[in-house]
Amino acid sequence: MEKQHNWPLWEIFIRSKQGLDHKHVGSLHAADAAMAIENARDVYTRRMEGVSIWVVESKYIHASNPDDAGAFYDPANDKVYRHPTFYDLPDELKHM
Amino acid sequence: MDSASEKLFQDKVDQDIRIEPKDWMPEAYRKTLIRQISQHAHSEIVGMLPEANWITRAPSLRRKATLIAKVQDEAGHGLYLYSAAETLGITREEMIGQLHSGKAKYSSIFNYPTLTWADMGAIGWLVDGAAIMNQVPLCRASYGPYARAMVRICKEESFHQRQGFEILLVLSRGSEAQRRMCQDAIDRWWWPSVMMFGPNDDASPHTAQSMQWKIKRFTNDELRQKFIDVCAEQVKLLGMRIPDPDLRWNEERQHYDFGSINWEEFWNVVNGNGPCNRQRLAARVQAHADGAWVREAAVAHAEKKIQYGKTA
Amino acid sequence: MNARHLINYTLHLADNALVLGHRNSEWTGHGPILEQDIALSNIALDLIGQARYLYQYAARLMNAGPAGPGGPVAGVAGTPVTEDQLGYLRDSWDFRNCLLVEQANGDWGTTVMRQMLFSAWQYYFYRELQGSRDGELSAIAEKSLKEVTYHLRWSGEWVIRLGDGTEESHARMEKALDQLWIYTGELFLPADYEQSLAPLGIAVDVAQMQPLWAARVQEILKEATLVIPPSVAQKGGKQGRHTEQLGYLLAEMQFLQRAYPGCEW
Repeated sequence: MEKQHNWPLWEIFIRSKQGLDHKHVGSLHAADAAMAIENARDVYTRRMEGVSIWVVESKYIHASNPDDAGAFYDPANDKVYRHPTFYDLPDELKHM
Repeated sequence: MDSASEKLFQDKVDQDIRIEPKDWMPEAYRKTLIRQISQHAHSEIVGMLPEANWITRAPSLRRKATLIAKVQDEAGHGLYLYSAAETLGITREEMIGQLHSGKAKYSSIFNYPTLTWADMGAIGWLVDGAAIMNQVPLCRASYGPYARAMVRICKEESFHQRQGFEILLVLSRGSEAQRRMCQDAIDRWWWPSVMMFGPNDDASPHTAQSMQWKIKRFTNDELRQKFIDVCAEQVKLLGMRIPDPDLRWNEERQHYDFGSINWEEFWNVVNGNGPCNRQRLAARVQAHADGAWVREAAVAHAEKKIQYGKTA
Repeated sequence: MNARHLINYTLHLADNALVLGHRNSEWTGHGPILEQDIALSNIALDLIGQARYLYQYAARLMNAGPAGPGGPVAGVAGTPVTEDQLGYLRDSWDFRNCLLVEQANGDWGTTVMRQMLFSAWQYYFYRELQGSRDGELSAIAEKSLKEVTYHLRWSGEWVIRLGDGTEESHARMEKALDQLWIYTGELFLPADYEQSLAPLGIAVDVAQMQPLWAARVQEILKEATLVIPPSVAQKGGKQGRHTEQLGYLLAEMQFLQRAYPGCEW
């Protein structure tokens, strides 16, 4: 096995033409950033115009530990008024 | 400690709360998922080969383009699935190694040869049809990256089956040779497609655990029955015949009865003795070997660029 | 304007795209890594798309007027010409693609080298063709330019990566360049149909394009640390005189239509 010739793994984030944020869509292997962006275009956008692509080598992504969820999120969870379901709105109101 | 985590884990699964990469999960769940997802990925990649066979012989420009697009989609599906599997702690390189060494399996349907253009139609209608039956429920699989990959795959899959059926429809309305080609392809691909759903439930010991973990949502026999019911109706539109003399509607069961499956053939193919097992694997091993100098050069160049002080 | 010249010109462009698209599609399932399989298939699809637009236009032109002597389609007298007849029922002496695109894929290096040399040509070519007095060709050029801009970027990067990669990749790329460079001269030698249409503002003056193409290609090859070999230009493709490659390609591509004539697929 060619261990020393493995292409690193990259995480891909795409913002669609009408989108507001970059969304994580998956990962792929590429030898460098230019290739990663082109591959992302070919694989995850099917050549759609006007999209923005971010690529980050997976090793540079740091994620929160789900076991910390209590400390991180519970205080916010208490504040129930932040959640949309807190508000009792009529059924006829759509898209909110 | 573990049994509390196990309970928490199972509670989440029972409530349809997704398990994500950094969540605690039983080791058996992780291992099973790695095997299931990677084998699904391998199936997509090997599955490209029987259809890629006919790209250079596609009989019209439109068919040429749509067949390339379909096979390309399969490459993409393989990629999404490898990507999902990598979140569980295995690398692409390890998975490819398992495929090439014969350690990992792929769907045995792809060990059958594509002998005529009509096979492109039969594969789209039957093989993709069976795959869709399996895949749609997996969009609600318990493991987040897997479910999300399945959602993406299912969105793209819809044109594959329609394309296949359309190919057969055109043939069924064509010349005598074309009609014969159409029936011949159905004759050869029907039973292998039925076998795609795997052994009978009573011969599938892992089903119960997989259903509890929600990485399998319906049993083999349930999906197989649904598939046969749907195809038995669709084939009428083609004016063709499914090669099963025992296929008939059972009013009482409200399902189609069907003939017995040749399990000897099934196990032969699964164990490496189908018509194309050796060629399929050899083709993948060859492509990988032929590409070694390319992959090596790309890494060398990337390192050089860093030294040259340029940014990517 | 000579209608036959416009038809032949359109067929020349269509044949370029179809033959190269077909060659690229041969890689499907066999690329050096999955992601690149997808990338090259995308390029194949773009090219086949271009071919289809161009064949459809050529067919419309042929159906609009009487077929000239030596009309390119055999055996379907009386019925309207279609894109598929043009792709599947002409023999190699009626194909007008340049010799470069019909060359065999060889290894990945040869494939990306062929792509770069041709995409650089298509880039400057379509950029000019956008200004064609023929509305159809101008529209096809505009659409295609976006695609080939990407093809050039992709293939140029690969040539650089492999040219300036390892010793082995460098050697393979020198060999690829040596093999393919002899076919690049033809890209700038106008055929009779180009010579007649260029002054009318319909066709591109390919001889004029040459310095732009050369500068771009040399820039890429320099960064790839590759040296252009001395060579004598091979030609004839635009006039239907091909290399031995095209016959085999067409035999495979056209088999079903030839074996089952007159069928719908």
